Amino acid sequence: MELKKINDYIWEIPKSGEMKVPAIIYASSKLLESVKRDQTLQQLRNVACLPGIQKTAYVMPDAHQGYGFPIGGVAAFDMDQGIISPGGVGYDINCGVRLLKTEYMEKDVQQKRKQLLAEIFKEVPAGVGKGGITKLSRNVLLEICVKGAEWAVENGYGTREDLQRTEESGRMKGADPSRLSGRALERGLPQLGTLGAGNHFLEIQKVTEIYDKDVAAAFGIHTLGQILVMIHCGSRGLGHQVASDYIQLMENKLGTRGLPDRELINAPVRSQLGQEYYKSMSAAVNFAFANRQMIAHWVREVFEKVMGSSKGMDQVYDVCHNVAKIEKHKVNGNLKEVCLHRKGATRSFGPGRMEIPEIYRNVGQPVIIPGSMGTASYLLVGTKEAEELSFASTAHGAGRVMSRHEALRRFRGEKIRDELQNKGIELQSTSWKGVAEEASEAYKNVDEVVEVSHKVGIGKLVAKVVPLGVMKG
Amino acid sequence: MERYKFLEHMADAKFQAYGRSLEEAFSNAALAVAGLMWDWQNVERKLEHPVEVRGNDLEQLLVNFLEEIIFLLETKMFLLSSVEKLMIEKEKKGFRLKALFKGDRYSEKYKIFGDVKAITYNEMEIEAGNRFMVQVVVDM
Repeated sequence: MELKKINDYIWEIPKSGEMKVPAIIYASSKLLESVKRDQTLQQLRNVACLPGIQKTAYVMPDAHQGYGFPIGGVAAFDMDQGIISPGGVGYDINCGVRLLKTEYMEKDVQQKRKQLLAEIFKEVPAGVGKGGITKLSRNVLLEICVKGAEWAVENGYGTREDLQRTEESGRMKGADPSRLSGRALERGLPQLGTLGAGNHFLEIQKVTEIYDKDVAAAFGIHTLGQILVMIHCGSRGLGHQVASDYIQLMENKLGTRGLPDRELINAPVRSQLGQEYYKSMSAAVNFAFANRQMIAHWVREVFEKVMGSSKGMDQVYDVCHNVAKIEKHKVNGNLKEVCLHRKGATRSFGPGRMEIPEIYRNVGQPVIIPGSMGTASYLLVGTKEAEELSFASTAHGAGRVMSRHEALRRFRGEKIRDELQNKGIELQSTSWKGVAEEASEAYKNVDEVVEVSHKVGIGKLVAKVVPLGVMKG
Repeated sequence: MERYKFLEHMADAKFQAYGRSLEEAFSNAALAVAGLMWDWQNVERKLEHPVEVRGNDLEQLLVNFLEEIIFLLETKMFLLSSVEKLMIEKEKKGFRLKALFKGDRYSEKYKIFGDVKAITYNEMEIEAGNRFMVQVVVDM
């Protein structure tokens, strides 16, 4: 496959064959090498062939192979000629990250971090098959799928300010849970307010670098050593079921012929099936917003109990990195509505966009990029350039470079815990095997991922954090 | 004969399951999926769950069948230990599968170490012959 170097961080697959638009990869030469080792580039090329795709198909610096669409993929489709695809969103709908700030400093929590982590581990259900603490009725679940984080706030979990500082204000407007299957609801019922497992985690972190003082201050981050809390999880089984259901519904209605990969199945945006997927996906997005809202509330309660107060524990922001949205973007000089897919990519709107809460509108949207277990994570800010360069998107994490299988062969969970402890990082997990699979060596270097984002200009560095305590599902 | 083996996959898990018949290969695929999450050999066979799924083609049938394991775990806390009486019938349009799952309800004595989010069509292969083989990638 032809790969054209535009500059040190931008590579292009020129339009050829069935491609309707060219494709762009944002990567350093080192990150590009790892991308070349799997099927990312072929999958990106397949996306560029889909009906109604606009301008360019992109992958972000943390790209790796997915199903149908690559992870890290960003693609916009025309509302009339284009498509919507469950494979362009992924199985974990609204997998995302929430960041809370505190006014505590490292020295304040030094003696209590073990206790903080142990209490959080007790309060936040995690692990496979672990139910939430709330017995939900079906009607309440349907309401949650309509109202998202708003439902959680109305029921005593968190504050109105949290909603302002959440993408979509914590509620996708087009959600219609009447389109969810009985199976999706059944899977959702026991899982509200649970972290899950796999790569999902909750961390107590400290700020170790501030790159942009003014923007950091606008986000409530002002001092090295300041304590933050990061929550990374999604829509659990409910979202996974929506993806599986609509892949099958679309297959049965439209057939799989002509698709280079069955997971690329899609429906026209405005078709009945396309709309039903969008409404169901939005319901799953809302479930995930409510999920993170509840977990954040429990974290604050633990701080109240252990530290004596949760004052100043404001939400910095909450981003979703697996989603399809209707957004306005410039295509060939004209602003138009598109159906934008971000699969393992974070929205990064620059200053001025109306979608950003007023308090941040002058500086740009906070972009939260979690690292792998035990490594650094980053806070970035969205840019005007990103709107030109990547439909206002940037990376979402580190991205794997080693299979789980290989990681299990090489690492042991208990040993990783000891090594982290030596570095001053506490770890709690429901599964040591899960810890081994998520070893930081199995991931790309997140430092390099955010550096590419910063250099290209699709998300600018604001602050770096490292964990003091990690809870893994 | 080997029931199943895991293959390298960058982000998730990929396996091949084998059998002298398609039914046996499907049954072993179910054990492979269970094996990603718990030690099925050590789960008691106390409870039964009859399973019935349909698919327009064998691939869809396999996805729907394996999804049952995740569904029963999340909604009934059911841990699969064995697959019995698995039957695949050709229907007018597509296929129908019936089987009996045996296993136990999750309790503290069992360890769950993996999270299978979904069964995918990615790199799926179903081969017939002297030996039947199904290849599956699951999202983790």
